[in-house]
Amino acid sequence: MSNFVQSLRLWFAPERIREEGDTPDYRFSLANERTFLAWLRTALALIGGGFAVDQFLPDLRWGWRIGLALALLAAGVLCSLRAVNHWVRCERAMRRGEDLPVGRFPTVLSLVVAVVALAMVVVVLFGWEG
Amino acid sequence: MTDRAAEQLRDPGLQPERTRLAWRRTTLSCTVAALLAARAVLHEGATASGVLVCALCLLLWLGFLVVAHRRMAALTARRPRTLTVRGAWTAAVCTLALAVCAAAMVV
Repeated sequence: MSNFVQSLRLWFAPERIREEGDTPDYRFSLANERTFLAWLRTALALIGGGFAVDQFLPDLRWGWRIGLALALLAAGVLCSLRAVNHWVRCERAMRRGEDLPVGRFPTVLSLVVAVVALAMVVVVLFGWEG
Repeated sequence: MTDRAAEQLRDPGLQPERTRLAWRRTTLSCTVAALLAARAVLHEGATASGVLVCALCLLLWLGFLVVAHRRMAALTARRPRTLTVRGAWTAAVCTLALAVCAAAMVV
């Protein structure tokens, strides 16, 4: 919990990150930046998926279509938030020489994507049309 | 001697180049999302609110493009500085707002 509060403080006072510890090797920072961008792309892909469900499955019943699309879009929102949060925390850990942060987010995200994919397969196979 | 000088000139792991390409890929993903937003409006008929949300999406896309462009320019330096927290936030907020616009369009 205190970790979360610390991250929140960093979100709103970004200059603090520069005051802490030593500047790491620029290559490490760039690798961290690429990881951030990969997460951002994942978020964008999920958003694209949300659009795609809405536009390319027009025969689906309204509730299913909206539900699946919103689930993907919500995952996209969470993913982009987590991208920045993780980037800030990694940057801070590298400056302080601590271990890099780990979390359950990748597992949760892959489970959500698996559930949405399964739901789509079921819905398309059994043709729950509106 | 010349080999050494060349090695000092560029990063042997091509880290700045790889990061620049990562930005480019991300911009492309953002473009695809923005195009899907435009397609949604074109398909469902141009209502006032639909056009407004679509315009917002294009603005967000432009915002992302500006951040990416600035960062890619900064990455041409030999020892690029770390991405600023503001830059990271702008890129993430553009993505997030795109998702919110998409939700508004879908519902």
